[in-house]
Amino acid sequence: MTTTSPGLDHAAGRLPSPPFTAEHEELRAAIRGWIEREVRPHVQAWEDAKWVPTAVFRRLGELGYTALAYPTALGGQGGDHVHEAVWAQEIGRGSSGGIAAALGAPTTIATPPIVKFGTPAQQERWVGPVLRGERVAALAITEPGTGSDVAGIQTRAERVDGGFVVNGEKSFITGGVRAQHYVTAVKTTNDGGHGGISFLVVERGEHPGVEHEDDPAALGADRGDGISASPLEKLGWHASDTALVSFRDVFVPEDHLLGELDGGFKLIMANFQWERLSMALGAVAAMEAVLEQTTAFVAERRAFGRRVADFQGTRWALAEMATTIEASRALTYETLRKHVAGIPVIQEVTMAKLMTQRALVEICDRGLQLHGGAGYMKEQGIERALRDARLGPIGGGTDEIMKDVLGRMMGL
Amino acid sequence: MSGEQTLKPDHAAGARHPIFTEEHEELRASIRQFVEKELAPHAEEWEETTFPDSVFRRMGELGFLGLHYPEEYGGQGGDYATQIVLAEEMSRSHSGGLVMGVAVHTDMANPVIKLLGTPDQKERYLAPAIRGERIACLGITEPGAGSDVAGIQTTAVRDGDDWVINGSKLYITNGHRADYIVLVTRTDPDAGYGGFSLFIVDMDSPGVVREKRLEKLGMHASDTALLAFQDVRVPHENLLGEEGKGFYHIMWELQGERLIAAAGAVASSERLIERTLAFAKERQAFGRSIGKFQGIRWKFAEMATKLEAGRQMTYNTAWRVMQGEYPVREISMAKLYTSRMACEIADECLQIHGGAGYMKEYGIERAWRDLRLNRIGAGTDETLLEYIGRSFDL
Repeated sequence: MTTTSPGLDHAAGRLPSPPFTAEHEELRAAIRGWIEREVRPHVQAWEDAKWVPTAVFRRLGELGYTALAYPTALGGQGGDHVHEAVWAQEIGRGSSGGIAAALGAPTTIATPPIVKFGTPAQQERWVGPVLRGERVAALAITEPGTGSDVAGIQTRAERVDGGFVVNGEKSFITGGVRAQHYVTAVKTTNDGGHGGISFLVVERGEHPGVEHEDDPAALGADRGDGISASPLEKLGWHASDTALVSFRDVFVPEDHLLGELDGGFKLIMANFQWERLSMALGAVAAMEAVLEQTTAFVAERRAFGRRVADFQGTRWALAEMATTIEASRALTYETLRKHVAGIPVIQEVTMAKLMTQRALVEICDRGLQLHGGAGYMKEQGIERALRDARLGPIGGGTDEIMKDVLGRMMGL
Repeated sequence: MSGEQTLKPDHAAGARHPIFTEEHEELRASIRQFVEKELAPHAEEWEETTFPDSVFRRMGELGFLGLHYPEEYGGQGGDYATQIVLAEEMSRSHSGGLVMGVAVHTDMANPVIKLLGTPDQKERYLAPAIRGERIACLGITEPGAGSDVAGIQTTAVRDGDDWVINGSKLYITNGHRADYIVLVTRTDPDAGYGGFSLFIVDMDSPGVVREKRLEKLGMHASDTALLAFQDVRVPHENLLGEEGKGFYHIMWELQGERLIAAAGAVASSERLIERTLAFAKERQAFGRSIGKFQGIRWKFAEMATKLEAGRQMTYNTAWRVMQGEYPVREISMAKLYTSRMACEIADECLQIHGGAGYMKEYGIERAWRDLRLNRIGAGTDETLLEYIGRSFDL
């Protein structure tokens, strides 16, 4: 190539991409620093242990990084979703899928329904302790027989004097083993479906104590509460305690009903947009990290008498990766801007979720390929990134659901 | 599907990107009205004849040729986003050749005069160009040099107060109708990148030969020329910008051109999706409209997602330009992504139309042919990949 203007610095003097500002970049630097110091050195160990130490949740509670968008009255930092986006991105790029999910799920998916639909007493009980990292919460919707088709859930809550009795199973529950309470979708009519689902906060029995807080077997066992949770083995996301949770004749007091009786479908829908958008944000950041790692690798690695970076095929592969990332970023950031501005963005969020989760798989695969044999080895971490990424097109609503939503929004 | 379809569609909410204001929307409406009323009805006819020069005069009268040009030369003094609006709304003409012919004038040749021209040059060329009285073209490509701009062989040699130009230029849009050309020449064969200079050359100068009209896959409404320059004398006052800086000047020009091309590709793709969506809702097969098949619904979902990403890449990059940045990498990415996207969408829309898509009547095959140029013109996909790859300072 002879047409490039010599000496052009592509990164110089760039403003942060909207809606991020200099203030957010300061927050980003602080979070990144913490992750580099206190998370990154342990990623492999936690992946191998298939467990993130519970102390990390408390530490995060002190720092407030998972409470950025929560109101100060509830113990949060009083920021907005742009602040929370910074967290989603930094944990997405700096740790692993399982760690990001384990640390993020309590505040990203399990607690927003309580903030949005809970009574003051419910908020008092289930928001502050989660934000402080003293208590881990899980969202329990998916079942062995029901995934994206959430209207089909079968877990049943029977009315009894003073409350409900719950029976059923919940599957793929992030944080299911460690959780001290589950924000649980149950069927409260015989037919269930859109008009027959309710949400109950199902609390576990007495915690086995600090000495057992990192013992999955002890935590998951039935504590005389009718609840048991066992971790599931997975392709990736190893550090996350994704569980199968069973409820057998679990009594749940009446005041643990969240929102309206039979009005639970609304709760399910309410947080989908943010969950999906934060997945997109995390993916954009994770893609950037893979590109940076790969660029550094090919600049060092030599083959056939030159650096791998000196082959045109390599440059083009990097250019393809960078372009995919830029397209993902542009779509995701503009969607975030609109979301924070209060503009309904169901269509854009759906597109961003669809595009970025696939893109991350593709980027990890290309990155792995450019690493050659080293990419296949555990040490580089890129095989893990690829395995972790593969959940993206499934979790939070499959690609197929996203396409159906989009097609229907176009009137088809 | 879950019950998500019970939610009200919000795709028409239309929250505009921050680069656009209410004024841009007003401008958009007036351009749209003009394009739909005065250009679109002639799209097919102009495929046969090329579009008439009167389009320039009419657009000049309406002020659409000077949107981001200074008011002292008759322009509207608007910002860069006004050019994006023009590029987007011109897509409603459904004629790639027309869009390109106008864009060469407004977004390729004349911006160089706006940036680098002397007051005299602006008075002589820019002002009548904005009025639509003089038509511009841009001469970069040669028989032996396309994306590799540095390979240009056309020479300009100083002779007293004049320069004498020899060489040929290929694939020159507006080459037959143009009144002047912004020409890239080599003025010092030994100076590498520092050996190029730009000139404004009147096309009626002795020695300028407009050779054949080139036949093409698409873009039939535009005139595309092979030009020869045989001892063409140009006065020194027609040197544009600094002698020896021509390479850098033209690299700057290409950036603006590429982003406008991206905006045009996005808008053209959107038009295709709109038309194809209407077709899919109408067309019946196996007892229902074809849009009711999940496979077809998913195709639209895929297209709409690509389109939205391309659009936001373009807007975000335009925002950077408007902040005074020079985002070469992002422009390259936007051009690369949107060109491919447009070709993929055109092909998918043709496919959804079935046999009708293959017929001239529906205009889909024309768009398919026209858009294929996007991956070649204004920097090939391959050139852009090289730029982007090299931007990592490897």
